[in-house]
Formats: sequence, C-alpha cells, structure tokens
Amino acid sequence: MISTIDKVTTESHGDDHGHSHGHAEHHGPRGILNWLTTTDHKIIGLSYTITSVIMLVIGGALAEVIRGQLANPNGHLVTMAQYNELFTMHGSIMIYLFAGPFAFGALANIIVPIQIGAPDMAFPRLNALSYWLYLTGAITMLLGFFVTGGAANFGWVGYAPLSDAIYSPGAGADLWIGGLMLTGFSAIFTGVNICATVFYLRAPGMTLFRMPIFTWNLLVVSILILLAFPVLTAGLIMLYSDRHLGTHIYTVVGGGSPVLWQHIFWFWGHPEVYILALPFFGMVTEIIPVFSKKPVFGYKGMVFATLTIAALSLGVWAHHMFTTGVVLLPFFSIMSLLIAVPTGIKIFNWIGSMWRGQIWFSAAMLFSIGFVVTFLIGGLTGVYLASPPLDFFTHDTYFIVAHFHSVVMALVIGGMAGLYYWGPKITGYMLNERIGKTQFWFLFIGTQVFTIPQYILGLQGMPRRMAIYPNDPQWQTLNTWSSVGAIMIGISTLLFIVNIVASWKKHPAGDNPWDAHTLEWFTTSPPPHHNFFRLPQIRSERPTWDHNHPDAKTLAHGKDAH
Amino acid sequence: MELTPRTPKGAPAKSRLRRLAIALALPIAGISLSGCTLPGFGAHQSDTTTGQSAYYLWQGFSVVAAIIGAFVLALIVYAVVAYRRKGDEIPKQTQYHVPLEIIYTVIPILIVIALFVATIVTENKVLAMPKTDVSINVNAFQWGWGFTYDKQNAISVGSTTESPVMVMPVDTDVRIVLTATDVVHGFYVRDFNFSRFALPGVKNQFTLHATKTGTFFGQCTQLCGLYHSIMYYKVKVVTQDEYQTWLNSFNTPEGKAAADAAKKVLKEQMSAHVPVKTEISRGAN
Amino acid sequence: MRVEAKILIALGLFFGLMCAVYWTWSLENAGGVMMFFGMGLCLLPGSYYYWWSRRMGPRAEDDPNATQEAGAGYIDAFPGSSIFPFTLGMGAFFIVLALVFGSWMLVPGLGLVIWAALGGIAEGRRGGSR
Repeated sequence: MISTIDKVTTESHGDDHGHSHGHAEHHGPRGILNWLTTTDHKIIGLSYTITSVIMLVIGGALAEVIRGQLANPNGHLVTMAQYNELFTMHGSIMIYLFAGPFAFGALANIIVPIQIGAPDMAFPRLNALSYWLYLTGAITMLLGFFVTGGAANFGWVGYAPLSDAIYSPGAGADLWIGGLMLTGFSAIFTGVNICATVFYLRAPGMTLFRMPIFTWNLLVVSILILLAFPVLTAGLIMLYSDRHLGTHIYTVVGGGSPVLWQHIFWFWGHPEVYILALPFFGMVTEIIPVFSKKPVFGYKGMVFATLTIAALSLGVWAHHMFTTGVVLLPFFSIMSLLIAVPTGIKIFNWIGSMWRGQIWFSAAMLFSIGFVVTFLIGGLTGVYLASPPLDFFTHDTYFIVAHFHSVVMALVIGGMAGLYYWGPKITGYMLNERIGKTQFWFLFIGTQVFTIPQYILGLQGMPRRMAIYPNDPQWQTLNTWSSVGAIMIGISTLLFIVNIVASWKKHPAGDNPWDAHTLEWFTTSPPPHHNFFRLPQIRSERPTWDHNHPDAKTLAHGKDAH
Repeated sequence: MELTPRTPKGAPAKSRLRRLAIALALPIAGISLSGCTLPGFGAHQSDTTTGQSAYYLWQGFSVVAAIIGAFVLALIVYAVVAYRRKGDEIPKQTQYHVPLEIIYTVIPILIVIALFVATIVTENKVLAMPKTDVSINVNAFQWGWGFTYDKQNAISVGSTTESPVMVMPVDTDVRIVLTATDVVHGFYVRDFNFSRFALPGVKNQFTLHATKTGTFFGQCTQLCGLYHSIMYYKVKVVTQDEYQTWLNSFNTPEGKAAADAAKKVLKEQMSAHVPVKTEISRGAN
Repeated sequence: MRVEAKILIALGLFFGLMCAVYWTWSLENAGGVMMFFGMGLCLLPGSYYYWWSRRMGPRAEDDPNATQEAGAGYIDAFPGSSIFPFTLGMGAFFIVLALVFGSWMLVPGLGLVIWAALGGIAEGRRGGSR
C-alpha cells in the first residue's frame, strides 16, 4: 500500500538514485554560507517567516507610537511631519513587507510543495532570488528613515500628485518606490514559482481537485499576483519617471491625470487584498477540519468560492475611488457587493466543518475561530463600503480604518493559527499551548478593543491620518480605548516571542501531532531535504488521514444527507 | 428570525422562503421607514436631504448586517459549545450537503441584489443635480480653502491659521463646484454625511440641500501633506434673508475692498493653478 | 493539465466579459486596458496548456487512480545550493539604489547581475550546483 518512491531522489548530482535515504541529509555549505546559497524551499520559507515577523514587529512598534500620539487630542509625542512618516511607513511595512510576503512567501513556501508531494519548488533558484529581492526591498524601504527628509510621507497609497517631486522631494520617497519595485518583482517570481510547482510537480494521484484548500488558495493567489503586480510595478516606474525624468503622466500641468495613478494603484491594490487574504483563508480551512476531526465541508464549493473571488477581484478596484466622482459607480458597487457571496460561502463552510465534529480547542483552533469571528466583523462592514452613498460619508474616516484593520487583524490571527499549526512541522518541536492560548485571548480581545472604538469614531466624523484633533476632545475616550487595544495586541506579539523562547527544542512533535489530513503530516518533522522518504497512495484530498484511518473515509457524495 | 438553528439540514422549504422574504424586505423597509423607528447604528441623521437618504440606507444596511452577523455568530457559538470534544470517537465524515450549499449561495445573492437596488435608489437621490441659482466654487489648496460665489463678490479664503467659512442658504439646492489646485484634497462635512475628492484638473459638481441653520464643521479628509490634520473650514447655513444680507455686505465699498484682497490671496494660492480638463456633474454613471 | 487549462481559460473569458461590459459602459480607458491585458494573461497560458494537454494526454498527477510508482523516476535537476540568486538579488539591490543615490552604483549592480547571469547559466548547463 505504501511505496517507496524514487521521485524524491531528484538531485542530478551526488550519489546513486536508488536510495532515497542518501538524500535525507543534504551536504551543502554550512552556517551563513548555507543561508546565502540555499535553494531549499523550507529554509527560504523560514527566512521569509522570520523576516516578515520582524517586519510585523517593526510595523507594530510604529503603530504603538501612532496610538500613543492619538491617545491625546493635542498629542505632542511626534510632530505632524513625523506622524505622516509614521502612518505611511506603518501601512507600507504591514502591507508590502509583512502581510504579503508572510502570506505567499513564508508558510506557502514551506507548505505548498510538501502538501502536493513535491520535492521542492519548481524553480528553486528563482525562489531564492525572490527572497533576496524581498529582503533587499525591505531594507531599501526602511533606509528611508535614515536619509535627509525622512521616509516616505504620502500615505501607503502614494496618491499622485502628492507623491511627485514637487510635493514630496527627498530620497525617502524614491527609496519607497525602489523598495516596492524590488518586493514587487519578488512577488511576481513567487507567483510564477507556485503556479509552476502546482501545475507540474504534484505527486501521482494528486489531481487538481484533491489538492488541499491551502494549496488551492495559493494557486489562485499566484494567478492574481501575476495579474496584479506587474501593474503596480509599471505604475511605480511611471511615478519615478514623473519624479526624475520630467514626464507628466500623473500631473495635470503637463497633460497627465492624477486619477490614473489611483486607477493603476487600486487595480493592483484590490486584488492585493485577496492576495493577502486568501492564503490565510487557506490556513484556517486546513486547521478547522483537522481540529474538528472532519473533512472540510463543501470542498468543491470552497474551491469555486476562491476562484469566484479571484474572478471578481479584477473588477472591483474603483470602490476605493467612489468619492473621486469620476468612476462608474453602479458597476463597481455590484461587483464589490457580489464578493460578499463567495466570502459568505467560505464562512458557512468553516461553520459546516465544525458542525457535528469533535472540536479540540488547541491554540491553533482557537486562533482559527478568532479569525472567523474577526473576519465576520470586517466582512460585514465591508459590505457597507461597497455602496457608494455609504462610502461617501465613511470614506477616509476611521470607519474605513476600522474596517480594514478588522480584516487585516483577522489575517494576523489566522497567521498565528498557521504558525501554531505548522510550527511543529517546520521546527520539529511543539509550541507551548498554554502561552499560545493566553496569546490568543490578548490578540483577539485586543483586536476588538482596538477596532470597535474606531468604527464609532469614524461614524462621528474623525478623518484618518490626523495627527491631532484639537477641535474634538470628546474623541479622546474612544481613542484611548483603541490605544489600549493596540497595547494588548503588542503584548500578544511579545507573548509569541516568549513562547518561541520558552518552548525552544523542548517537546518533539513527531510526524503528525494533530492527527491531520494532508501530505505534509506524512513526512518527518522537520521534513528531510527533499521532503519525503515515501508517499502514501493518494485517493482523496486527505491522503494522510486515509492512511491513518482507513475505516473513516469521507462519506460519498450524497450519502451524508440523512 | 430564530438565531439558534436546529440543524443545518433541517428546516423545511417554507420557512426558508419566509426567511428569504424577510431578508429581502428589510433593506427596502429600512429606507421607506422615516428612520424614527430604527436606531442610527452609530451614524447621525444628517442636516442635508442627501445625507438623510444616505442615513436611511445606512439603517437598512445595518439591519441586514446585524441580522446576518447575529445569525452567523450564533451558528459559530452554537457549534463551538455543542460540538466541543467529548470523546475519541470519529464523527461522521460528512463533506457535502448540496441543497444546503445551494441555499447559502442563493440567499446571499438575493440579499446582495436587494442591497444593490436600495443602493441605486439612494445613489440617484444623493447625486441628483436639480437646477439651482446658488453655486459655490470651492478651491482646495495646501492647506486651506477658497469659497467663491457665482455672479457675486462674496468670497471666503483661509488656511490653517484661520478657518474660512462657507456661507450657504438653508432649504435651497446649492451647487458645489469643487476642484483642487495642487494635490488631491477631500471635501467633507461630517454633519452632511457626504464627502467628495477635490481633484486637480477636475471640476466635481454636486448638490447640497441643508435642512437646518447652524455652523457645521468641515475638514480635509484626503491626505494632502504636512498640515493635512488642521486643514479646517466651517459651513454656515443661514436663512435666505441672512444669506442675501451677507452677499450684499460685499457690495459696499469696504466689502468690495475686502473681497478684492481676499481674491488676491486666493489667486496667489492658486499660482500653481492647473487647467481644468474634466467636468463632472454627477458620479460617472 | 486539462483542468488547469480550463480554469485559466474560464478566468480569461470572465475577465473578457467584464472588460467588455466595463469599457462600453464607462468609456474609461485605463481600467479597460488593464482588464483586457488581464484577460490576455489568462488566455495565453490557458490556451497553451490546453494545446499541450491534447498532445500529451493525462499525466500521473491527473489520474485519480495513479499509484506512487507511476511517478517514480527522474524529474529534473534541482540545484542543492547556489550563490547566484543572492548575487543577482544584490545586483538588483544596487541597481535600485542607483535610482536614488547616484548612477555610480550601477557599476557594482550591473557587475553582480552579469556575474550572476553568466554563473547561473553555466550552473544550469552543468545540471545543478557545485
């Protein structure tokens, strides 16, 4: 039933092909040189994970300063100029340097090849290049803090003409553009790599409709990356040429159009939202069924929901531009509203996966449920914003800020779920469950304490990106609550670091600590150099479960309706 | 609406239909109700007619969102409480329930269509362009505002040190012609439940119809550089008589001189003035 | 292969439909052009995969009843380690910094890129690392 395969022995150099075990240990360079020269997707993925979590900490630290400033209507913690830099870099770091790379670079890089039974990514060297471009892009953007004039200060959306050379002179803005170009190319290469891996390196029997949902989502994300990121890179090149080469693409004076930047930016920016979100949806879709001891409910519906989100995502960008008055309101309104349908299907499927299960409340499962609840809040408030008349009076207020922080904090919670779930697979050691659960409560409650006052503030008319609000001291209470929430989120991040230190190499995980479903739990923890010594026969989307529970197969289609 | 469902499979088709009917009726009911009977869900009833339309739509959306949110949250809580681990046996490995999946695809689509219809109805009210004689040109610049009046001497210019005042008559349709001279700004009066970008090179037009006199607070909402946080202005809604008096005050010699001085200031601010290429009289639909 | 092709083609057709509706309705060019090329970006690989799938027939990973033995054998050369991604990345880093700090940085940037390109090609010819 189980067969040792040759597929894992794929290195063309080195010793004979017959013995898989010969490849378990890879004899490459050691130490720092190993890190610099590695092409192993697991090490690259780990580098991605560590780098992006560092970015999360940096971005989070900036957020704490922002919340410190806003806890007082006449805050003097930072100046207005510094404040503009702070929220610009907070947004840029979180979106470009944390959320994206963490979503499609970190866990995806480690897990996707293993989930489909592949020995590595399709293009290992391109994969390494992606990481180096990401790292250098991050360094480039952060260098902005150290140049004269400071870092970029025109918001993470960089609306032209504020971002052109007249209104934002200085190297900080150029470094922002350069950093985005590098990370943009990094994302494109990762997208190519994941597509090729999923299309060409699946194990025998792993048909497309047997892939785990996480892999499915990453495939769709990669397609979206290839559609969206080139547009951003092109837009940035035009912005740079406006700044330094004398063109007038985004300036009215020379015959250009400032709104063009908004079109280009959001044509990337809205698919980017799904590029960020779908991997975390995938993580949660892996975790909830495992800890409910059930298969994922509505597998095919889940796949089609993901594809529908991807299909619609290209036609919704201008809902960020409703208040410009120059976009086709009904088209973007209905497209954006329709996104709620596949998203709703996903939420019902998550609940369906728990229904009549045996729910084990491990830290990963708690984080996943926290994700669903937080995302529910963010999703429902998103429906309002798809309606132009409602967007008119909430646009650029804290309502928007609260909405997307509900969503992205849901993603952070989902990402934590992923780290607690796959951490043992990556490192070989369990994370401390008790600290994990404490961290969950801090993060989950902190998120709500952080966002809910912001919804109210937005409806009361507090615009975003305000350093001070001297005319409205009545907002101080709610802002202080929001700051308290931010501190709780900060504590939860510290708890995560404490957990890593506390559980460092303490409790070996074994191959399959969660009784999980998919192929990565069939191999050792951490997996060997080319991932597998052997593979089970793949007859459903849960090969490891089928192997461990031969008498508890998924009920055939239709037999489940009692 | 029952919040605790019996089972996912259970309910007969008839009650599904009833639930569907309720879900469809609600947003429309939310709009048709005058708003007195429903809570505001955090928003405030506006002091313009357009803002009020948006407010009713807000209520409709909020009712739908509250019902869906409560229903889904109840499902999650029920699942978490009822199906926590009780033993080691493996539960039934159900993966599909096609009728249920179709139901939770179709019902959201119907809700979305209902919300969309309500949106379009409100949008047409909010963006309506009735004929009017009162027209105010709003110029946004870094970091202040200039308000000039069609065929009148009246003007108000101010920046961060002194907030300019936009005076407008009550119970009258007022056309706002909005543009920016340098970067993108945002025209936003919180009590009017409305905002619009001031785009360089674009003349954005919309109508405000205030229903109440008073002074309202406005500020720039779109990040426009260093002093974005304090780019304030005021909107003073006055009676017709007071409005005429105010306009006439600019026709006296002193008033004219003050207006000329203010115009000079505005012209200086608009030295980076950019040609207007696009004129928009309505949202682009 | 065929399912992959069909997914891409379906996405492309949907983008095409959306593009047609949007462009004729709004007459706004930026979005129309971007959606049009979005369609192309899906149809191009999609049709290629479709054509290839007709020539190739189902692979082991497309066969729901395939055994693991069916996939045994040599896949391709997977370089165990390589310095050239790092060199290329650093080259790109210097080129981007040249946009900001002055064109002298193009010298190390282009140097590293050329080194990485030559070295990488040579490494690929050898079929792996070292």
